[in-house]
Amino acid sequence: MFSFIFKRISVAIPTFLGITLLAFALIHMIPGDPVLLLVGERRLDPEFYRAAMQRLGLDQPLYVQYWDYLRNLLQGNLGESMVTHEPVMAEFLKLFPATVELSLCAMLFAVVFGLAAGMLAATKRGTVIDHTVMGAALTGYSMPIFWWGLILIMLFSVHLGWTPVSGRISLEYDITPVTGFMLIDTLLSGEEGAFKSAVMHLILPAVVLGTIPMAVIARMTRSSMLEVLREDYIRTARAKGLSRSRIILVHALRNALMPVVTVIGLQVGTLLAGAVLTETIFSWPGIGKWLIDSISRRDYPVVQGGILLIATMIIFVNLLVDILYGVINPRIRHAR
Amino acid sequence: MQFELRKLMLATTLALLAGTTLAANKTLIYCSEASPSGFDPTRQVTGTDFDASAETIFNRLTEFERGSTQIRPGLAEKWDVSADGLTYTFNLRKGVKFHTTPYFKPTREFNADDVVFTLQRMIDKNHPFNKAAPADFPYVSDMSLDTNIAAIEKVDAHTVRVKLKTVDAAFLQNLAMSFASIHSAEYADQLLKTGKANQINTQPIGTGPFVFRSYQKDSNIRYDGNKDYWRKGEVQLDKLIFAVTTDPSVRYQKLQKNECQVMAYPRPADLKSIEANPKLNLLKQAGFNVGWLSYNVEHKPMDKLEVRQALDMAINKPAILAAVYQGAGQPATNPMAPTQWSYNKKLKDAAYDPVKAKALLKKAGVPEGTEITLWAMPVQRPYNPNAKLMAEMIQADWAKVGIKAKIVSYEWGEYIKRAKAGEHDSLMIGWTGDNGDPDNWLGVNLGCEAVGGNNYARWCNKEFNDMVVKARTLSNQAERTKLYEKAQEVFKRELPWTTIAHSTVYQPVSKSVEGFKVSPFGLNSFYGVTVK
Repeated sequence: MFSFIFKRISVAIPTFLGITLLAFALIHMIPGDPVLLLVGERRLDPEFYRAAMQRLGLDQPLYVQYWDYLRNLLQGNLGESMVTHEPVMAEFLKLFPATVELSLCAMLFAVVFGLAAGMLAATKRGTVIDHTVMGAALTGYSMPIFWWGLILIMLFSVHLGWTPVSGRISLEYDITPVTGFMLIDTLLSGEEGAFKSAVMHLILPAVVLGTIPMAVIARMTRSSMLEVLREDYIRTARAKGLSRSRIILVHALRNALMPVVTVIGLQVGTLLAGAVLTETIFSWPGIGKWLIDSISRRDYPVVQGGILLIATMIIFVNLLVDILYGVINPRIRHAR
Repeated sequence: MQFELRKLMLATTLALLAGTTLAANKTLIYCSEASPSGFDPTRQVTGTDFDASAETIFNRLTEFERGSTQIRPGLAEKWDVSADGLTYTFNLRKGVKFHTTPYFKPTREFNADDVVFTLQRMIDKNHPFNKAAPADFPYVSDMSLDTNIAAIEKVDAHTVRVKLKTVDAAFLQNLAMSFASIHSAEYADQLLKTGKANQINTQPIGTGPFVFRSYQKDSNIRYDGNKDYWRKGEVQLDKLIFAVTTDPSVRYQKLQKNECQVMAYPRPADLKSIEANPKLNLLKQAGFNVGWLSYNVEHKPMDKLEVRQALDMAINKPAILAAVYQGAGQPATNPMAPTQWSYNKKLKDAAYDPVKAKALLKKAGVPEGTEITLWAMPVQRPYNPNAKLMAEMIQADWAKVGIKAKIVSYEWGEYIKRAKAGEHDSLMIGWTGDNGDPDNWLGVNLGCEAVGGNNYARWCNKEFNDMVVKARTLSNQAERTKLYEKAQEVFKRELPWTTIAHSTVYQPVSKSVEGFKVSPFGLNSFYGVTVK
């Protein structure tokens, strides 16, 4: 068991190093002069320019810059934002709860509706319902998030007026962040209507972000369910005269869930990638929007730090899923 | 009976009071385009930053009239300029209060110390406050204020004297610009003592129409209307909120849903729909900008006047205005905006005439098929929304008269750097006015000193330059106007540029908003504004 975990971790480390290298290199491949962006186009005094390059360490050879970067990283120092002069880590921690809140709600939506749709399709195999559900899942999976988000805003916010267009809460409410989770903070604030406003603001972005994972889960649930339904013990259960709903919900679903759980773990990466776009569309102040805004501001340290933190999180979650899976299913541990 | 009457009166009064508080609680939400990088205007350079600080929290000695380029008295009630134009004496306004917030309670009113602190800090790199909170002041050095101010003296509690080394006719205009916002010296002292000098950029204190309350990065900024504002009647909002919304289509959707009442930078594609929306007003103003094509007069064959004339008259300007600006602009004839004083109204463009252009080129001995480079900016700017398309159109126009233009583009920083080095033959660029002074157009972009800087034509004409330099040293506006009008004639005769267009600035606001004015400088201010 320990050797299994050790092996998994030893794979994760070079992956992490590779990502540091990528995060570092990426920023040097993006066009745009950080100094110019900082001081504006009107000011290009060569001496000032040199001084700024020096202060930012951009005049050093690349390998020196990389080495400094790694060294700082090992001390937990991701540098500070060129725009706000706040430590990148502190900014990340401040914005992270918003992303977690959104992702959890998106996941909740994806799991509930994905499982339901998948089960429905599996039990109605080959019927119009099956085809409709699977068609919808395929459409959802291929939907460009940006477009999908704007369509939903147009329909539900602008036309029907049911949901707000963007943000986490109506700006009438001035909620002091305690936990960083708006749903909890609004309850703590005791302001009337604040919680409802927060929920209304969450619905559309959670649906948009949850669409792709929902489609994946629906397809996975369907195929895994179909496989399980062919198994002997289902036939036995049926022969025993158990009710159809009991067979499906208790016997089949439990076993069909196994691969679905893995898929849910793997969707964490999709969620974080999707959050970047979703948060931008809905002005959701989380890490995805933070990253996009920083890219447009050419805020080098934030982009580097943000990419690294997100990538690290994905590696970590995948590692966790791997290990958990190994714990649950011993066959995985010994397989090559 | 009497008791009953009293009760009735009390109830009526209460009802009235409740009524007034309800009516008075006015909130305006502005969908802004980006997060400001800080709230200390002295160190900022973008309109986004200035809207969030200079236009809301602060005042300046002189200020621009709302929606105009004219200045009016600000924190300086009046001023005297010495006969030689070198000494400015400012009489400061009395009874102006700095904001009271949870992080600062002023013990005194605004006075000369605050002005001295603000100006000293801008020009003295070794100022104790600057040492504690190192920052660059790009605008101050761009305008050479740091080198041109010789002394700043406090004459008495409400009089400040500023001495200049050389005459600067635009000095009062410069002081009206956002970067010259007046800070509280008392607050700065307090910050310095507690070792939190940099807080001046995150927790600002000013005298302006709105009091800073809180800022959540990439989400919102909250202000309270300043109840003690010295300009009576200009603050009619109780709360002002900036909702940071980076996507223009989302901004528009929020405006439609009344989640905000004013939005920044609409997309040109949405303008028609905004205009048709009965709930919205689309305000517009001729932009205080100009987009143009510079000819590098140091390169052959653009060193010849006939060639420049030929290239100029070969360009089909109306076609460019229709395709590139999509109607949101007007043709430019002069190297400054039409709303700038001293704009020469008599000048005319040469008519579009490819036949005559071809003849001129032949006369100048330029063989058919001559190649020149045509630089196109890689970015969208107010004065040029689509440089690539414009370049392609000019390329086609020039091909008709036998000039082969090669379109060149670099990453924006690289573009500016190489252009300043003079690598181009012809180049697209533009300018947005900063302070409403003619020198801010003619001197900065066409003066001999600006060669190697913003003078991308590298055009140094003695006749023109002498007039501009002389005008800078005069304080009489009529005399200055005469010189600038003449200088524009020289410009139009010598054609170092083909001026292309002034773009129109659009500002969609909800119909419930009253008193909003579009700023020619592209700033957004909310004093004097109210919501129904």
